[in-house]
Amino acid sequence: MTVFIIRRLMQALLVVFLMSVIVFFGVNVIGDPVHMLVSPDADQADIEATIRRLGLDRPIWEQYLLFVSGAAQGNLGNSFIFGEPALKLILHHMPATLELAFSALFLAVAVGVPLGLYAGLYPDSLLSKGIMAGSILGFSLPTFWVGLMLIMLFAVELGWLPSTGRGDTGHILGIETSLATRDGLSHVLLPAMNLALLKISLAIRLTRAGVREAMGQDYVKYARAKGLSTRRIVFVHVLKNIMIPVVTVMGLEFGSLIGFSVVTESIFAWPGMGKLLIDAILQLDRPVVVAYLMIIVLFFVLINLIVDILYSILDPRVRLRDQGA
Amino acid sequence: MSDTIAPETSTPATKVETPFRRFASEFFESRIATVALCLLGLIIVLAVLAPWITPQNPYDLAQVDVMDGRLPPGSEAFAGYTMWLGSDGSGRDLYSAILYGLRISLSVGVASGIIALTIGMAIGLLAAYAGGRTENIIMRVVDLQLSFPAALVALMLVAIMGKGVDKIILALVVAQWAYYARTVRGTALVERNKEYVEAAQCLGLSRLRVVFRHILPNCLAPLIVVGTVQTAHAISLEATLSFLGVGLPQTEPSLGVLIANGFEYMLSGRYWISVFPGLALLLTVVSINLVGDQLRDVLNPRLKK
Repeated sequence: MTVFIIRRLMQALLVVFLMSVIVFFGVNVIGDPVHMLVSPDADQADIEATIRRLGLDRPIWEQYLLFVSGAAQGNLGNSFIFGEPALKLILHHMPATLELAFSALFLAVAVGVPLGLYAGLYPDSLLSKGIMAGSILGFSLPTFWVGLMLIMLFAVELGWLPSTGRGDTGHILGIETSLATRDGLSHVLLPAMNLALLKISLAIRLTRAGVREAMGQDYVKYARAKGLSTRRIVFVHVLKNIMIPVVTVMGLEFGSLIGFSVVTESIFAWPGMGKLLIDAILQLDRPVVVAYLMIIVLFFVLINLIVDILYSILDPRVRLRDQGA
Repeated sequence: MSDTIAPETSTPATKVETPFRRFASEFFESRIATVALCLLGLIIVLAVLAPWITPQNPYDLAQVDVMDGRLPPGSEAFAGYTMWLGSDGSGRDLYSAILYGLRISLSVGVASGIIALTIGMAIGLLAAYAGGRTENIIMRVVDLQLSFPAALVALMLVAIMGKGVDKIILALVVAQWAYYARTVRGTALVERNKEYVEAAQCLGLSRLRVVFRHILPNCLAPLIVVGTVQTAHAISLEATLSFLGVGLPQTEPSLGVLIANGFEYMLSGRYWISVFPGLALLLTVVSINLVGDQLRDVLNPRLKK
């Protein structure tokens, strides 16, 4: 077991190292940040001073070494635009993104599971067919398009919900969050709905497949033979069994929610790290782009590592196969 | 998409019912899929014929009049024709702009799909046939890449590379090849152990011939399904990136770029500038997905009655 974890850990480190090389060298060849940062009427001395201040005059491999040694100390360079440490900037925007992702995850389970349950129990009813057709749409509609439609319908036409920003924030357990105030909640609703749509479809499909499989199994027949009510069978016996895969998959999807939040945040002007990334790309703010990419890579590697280890605990075959390979 | 099933027809046919006919009749059993296929055909035809069936070339400055800007649907343009879908901020007829945008969106999606399919197929076949260490390394890379969402991979790449058609296609290919590689490798592993491969090997056929003439044709069915669905993904991914301003530049106005341009007008109630290009994108993506769904049902022998 320890050997397995150490091997996985080494692999994860290798991935982070490779990504740091790719990201850093890739980002550093796209544009010339000097032109972006120095005003057009600056003289040569000003330009050179800026170059020296940002370390752009050193060879690129030296810049990389500086970047790595900085990264190891939690310093991923200063933002060209804000003049603040890039890492601090991203961490500052992270709570907003996490809040959005958690709200979306909650919505996905709260909406998707009941719909999937219904579609699984009554597969031939008209409503079930509608639900399944809806889930196909949920998979195929581009997220940004749904976001636009939500804004148009609820913010522009009906004027029920605000379409930009985070609203008033309050404090829950010392964390600043929009979920604490009424105004904040009304701001969260549209973006969270937008982000959740894909996951709602996924939850519907998973739940429906699980229910249909479970309903034919012996333990359900036995429960019926015992004379239990359908309600009890469905909500206690079946639901408990199908929730395991649903929860596992939804947990795994959390990473992709963070990734997709880039789109949702841009549309709803949600001040999270995704919007920060897009702004940084458009303004050629390289340290912020690099820092975001490194953090998101770390994040995913960490999620995968945890999942791998959990699986190997739950299912020893995974571990054994890995040693055999 | 119907021409992509051509390889199926080349297998030996019975007298009454050719595999293609059986396939077609099974495909058209679903009314939704039939409608989707017709719609998709129509979209492709419109996109291909765009320069001949639009009243205006929206990117020829001589034909665009700024005075026509932001006209609602049904207004008459200065040049005399009716703008059924209205016009955008710089006075382009939206109907024309959408058809031209469709051309760009479809070509980017299909080009990246074909390239990713070719690369993924080659790598997947290599993994399945080489086995051992090569397979191990390839599949590690595939697993690693699939642990990141494709949208994020593409976004990271454009963040690094910048805008441009070639860069977007490259980003989409890198984001998608692994899906094809995994599909081909999975099917090829099953096929490799079947008797006909053994027979071909006993006949002394070369490895290349066995792989490309015997194993590959039998892996095509799942590849076609993955290919259709992934192409729809590629189109909507390109639109997403372009909408965010990190995809195609303004000089290559795909549907995503059109929607992004209309976004600023939407809050002031001029809905049509983004909504109509969005609908075009939507119909394209949904119809491809529906066709892909039906293909999966028809081509998957396990689901056959």
